[in-house]
Amino acid sequence: MRVVKHVLGRVAFYVVAAVFAAVFALPLLWLVFAPFGSRATLSVALPDPFTLSNFGRVFANTFAVRALFQNSIIQAVGTMILVTLLATLAAYALSRAPIRGRDVLSYGLVLFSSIVTGTAAMVPIFLLIFNLGLIDTHMGVILVFTGGLLPAAIFIMRDFVDSIPRSYEESALVAGASPWGMFRDIALPIVRPGMMVVGVWTFVNVWGGFLVPFILLRSPTKMPAAVAIYSFYTEGGTPIITLTTAYALLYTLPVLALYLFVNWKYGFRFFGGIKS
Amino acid sequence: MKQRITALVTLLVLGAMVSPAFSQSLSIVCRCVAGGANANQVAWLKEYVIPEFEKAHAGVSVTLNEFGGTDDALKQQYALDLSVGKGNDVMGFDGFWIPEFASGNLLKPLNAVAGAAVDGWEGWNHISAGIQSILSYGGAIYGVANGTDVRMIFYRKDILEQAGVANADAWQPTSWADITDAAAKVLAAFPDSAPLQINAGTSVGEATTLQGYYMLLLGTGEEPFMDGKWVVRSQGILDTLNYYRDIYVDHAYGSQRVQLVKDGRDQSFANFRDGKTAMLVEGDWFYRSVTAPGSDYAVDNRDEIMGWAKMPSETPGSGIRGQDYVSASGGTGWVLNPNTANPQLAWELLAFMNSKGARDVWMTYQPGIPARDDVPVPNSAFLTDTAAALLPLTVSRPNNDYYAKVSEQIQLMTENVVSGQMTPQQAMDAYAAAVTGIVGADAPFDLHAH
Amino acid sequence: MHQRRTILPLRTGLLFLGPAALFIGAFILLPFFWIAGVSFTNRTLTGATAANPQFVGLQNYLKLFDLSTFMNPGQFGSSLVITGQFVFWSAIVGQAVLGLLLAWFFYRRSGWVKESVQTLAIVAWIIPDVVVAFAWNAFLDYDGGTLNWLFGLVGLHKVDWLLAMPLLSIVLFNAWRGAAFSMLLFSSALGSIPPSYLETADVAGAGPWQRLKDIILPLIRTHIVTDLILITLWTFNTFGPFLLTGGGPAFKTEVVSVLTYRMAFKYFDFGTGSALGMVMMLINLGFALVYLGLLRRQGSSR
Repeated sequence: MRVVKHVLGRVAFYVVAAVFAAVFALPLLWLVFAPFGSRATLSVALPDPFTLSNFGRVFANTFAVRALFQNSIIQAVGTMILVTLLATLAAYALSRAPIRGRDVLSYGLVLFSSIVTGTAAMVPIFLLIFNLGLIDTHMGVILVFTGGLLPAAIFIMRDFVDSIPRSYEESALVAGASPWGMFRDIALPIVRPGMMVVGVWTFVNVWGGFLVPFILLRSPTKMPAAVAIYSFYTEGGTPIITLTTAYALLYTLPVLALYLFVNWKYGFRFFGGIKS
Repeated sequence: MKQRITALVTLLVLGAMVSPAFSQSLSIVCRCVAGGANANQVAWLKEYVIPEFEKAHAGVSVTLNEFGGTDDALKQQYALDLSVGKGNDVMGFDGFWIPEFASGNLLKPLNAVAGAAVDGWEGWNHISAGIQSILSYGGAIYGVANGTDVRMIFYRKDILEQAGVANADAWQPTSWADITDAAAKVLAAFPDSAPLQINAGTSVGEATTLQGYYMLLLGTGEEPFMDGKWVVRSQGILDTLNYYRDIYVDHAYGSQRVQLVKDGRDQSFANFRDGKTAMLVEGDWFYRSVTAPGSDYAVDNRDEIMGWAKMPSETPGSGIRGQDYVSASGGTGWVLNPNTANPQLAWELLAFMNSKGARDVWMTYQPGIPARDDVPVPNSAFLTDTAAALLPLTVSRPNNDYYAKVSEQIQLMTENVVSGQMTPQQAMDAYAAAVTGIVGADAPFDLHAH
Repeated sequence: MHQRRTILPLRTGLLFLGPAALFIGAFILLPFFWIAGVSFTNRTLTGATAANPQFVGLQNYLKLFDLSTFMNPGQFGSSLVITGQFVFWSAIVGQAVLGLLLAWFFYRRSGWVKESVQTLAIVAWIIPDVVVAFAWNAFLDYDGGTLNWLFGLVGLHKVDWLLAMPLLSIVLFNAWRGAAFSMLLFSSALGSIPPSYLETADVAGAGPWQRLKDIILPLIRTHIVTDLILITLWTFNTFGPFLLTGGGPAFKTEVVSVLTYRMAFKYFDFGTGSALGMVMMLINLGFALVYLGLLRRQGSSR
């Protein structure tokens, strides 16, 4: 009886897990096959004949190739480094220094950031970057993304910092450690998985972001992949399926690789689960 | 010491004299990208215009900034750039954008930018007032047109023939009823087809306004903007909406779905190619590029099975200016950035791009209806015939600040009818309310009798 | 309660906070004040009011709430209703519940099955917007789409998803897209529950449903509130539906973020666009307060 129950339980587990897996995988299935077909189709089918020629044509578009392997990387990595460092510092301060109203501050900023990263703010942001003389520079894009993503990054990062037992630092204080030393030697190593989560999250957001680079950049040589993908559209404004999917697949691989690497090396998860 | 100073001064003076010649640069931007949208334009600019202009102007370098996004996206960048005094020197522009840019002081008339040289240009004598007006606003000229276009019904001779439509080889309807009669015959012969597609709805954008709504409304003797006012309630609007309803809701002569889905325009092209749609109202580029051999929507054996007909008025003589047939035109061209550092040189480039020589070459890249009367219409029976038949009949959009917003309301009004969610009367009432809200002080009026 | 020792002195704390504050001040607070100010003017980017914007008081706000057109397609009221449904079904029901189910289902389990399924969910969350939009366009396509193909396999009629059920389409899309965040958050929340609590329940013979309802949910109450605040906020502001449907057909999927885009970037009407941004921020603030209030009341009644 117990054996039967155990077997049934295992079977039920696999069935439910398979359903979950299918729910998440099915919408992406087409994207895995379409780039290898010679004809545009919206159906999922094994490509027949199988071809790599779409990738050949994608690589012939130097604008799109540079966008993906140079510009997107510069902008995403630059923002990732800035956000991760600044968010970690800020979260540490919010967690450990006696700053009044810090919870309200954290929430308030996330709230503000959501309207400001929306379309309504694109004009003031354009004007700001223009006055800083940073139109058509990678730096302008990196700064704007950093500002927009920091509040949520700090919010997520605080969860990790809050979960470090205070006793570590308290004993370090007794031993005469400086605030900076404490941050560097105690907090940083412990929150590294958190920095990885925030880093990946930032990278992903910049990697997919269209509006900010579109508003701030002008030279085709600086546009990231999120903008360049539109060079595979027809005059009428619809995608050339064989090429856009091939490019989309290449465009997706870096975020996928980054996630898998971080997950394998550090584990991709929140610590305490971000409490209110 | 003194010698040195003299040498230095000489150098500086020489430098000052010489350096402009070596440092002058101009930039062009257009919605064009090699291997993508308007690739012909890239080729023409890079292979002919830029090298020739640089040859004639020693020390000047011209760069082309290709823009691969949508029209809307390009317009956004233009507005942002011009609002802070930046942007490329010569910019490709769609004619109907001019009013809002001009009234916002983002653009200036050509002669205000580059002075007398503009007024003395030989080209003005070769461009008709009608075509000049495409890039004009408030009586001033803001740019030079590339050319113009005309709209008509494209039809499939083979399908009409099989459906038993009389005179299918040279079909020419003389009223709206003739068109729906033909559609009914095709539908009876091919129940799965969508014989007639006249653009409607928001997803195809400006295509709805100009080759859908305008082409019908003009046939009732009206325009959306008359005597300086936007017309918001009229018999012509109702007739137009009722005709849409007839096509898409009451009879399914056309595919409702095609007008509502995001890539509907491409679907309508595909349906025409596949013979699923026998009659499609489109512009001359549908022949020039969409169905041309080698394109995605190439129609096999095109010269034998594809024909074109003038769009008839609702009934003979009921059209605008009492016409039996109607057509609508738009056009694109080039403007000067008022913030250019080299206004004279930028104008010289613009003038060169629109010289007879450069336009003749352009016709070899992209045949079309030329703006200049001394540039021969390319050796294409289709272009010669349509230009001769339709240019005398055609009407272009009003140069009005509110055009872009009202146009969107027109698209929405047709969508409300075509999707079956409103009656023509309800849709017109909603349109009236929305347009009144948009134009505010310039109160629109109701047109009851005509 | 004993006085906690200060680890970072206030001054050092502010120093640590400084660089982030600089960015937030420049790229969030400045634009915010610009938006707040412009929402009281008729400023546009093109047209006559670009050169000479005027102060118009509350006119932009009053226009949004103009009751004669409020509920017409493409107007604020109609958009707000669509957004409300979209947020409720896709974020609160879709993402949070799906995330909780995923977290709970794999709770106290490990192995390749858990890893693969969770990775798939995270992949859906991290790949770029435009790529996801392509995939879903094909997935929901009437003729060749994967979903209709599946429907055909089980003998159901094909559905014209994006035309006949546009709102459901973007709800499914957004639930799928964002479930991973809730899953991650709830997974770690569950991980922070001391195992002894559940062992006690096991001894008491509680079933899995009872355990979830009586022990787990109350324990992760605060995490649920955080999750709801964040995903509500993000879903209110997401631009994702635009890539799938463009707001159509006939504005049926025009959520407020898409409406704002149309006002600010298609019509260049920054007065209205900014007023929309302000109203949405107030609504989001209201939601956050309600969630936090619920949490507090529940906390005090326990």
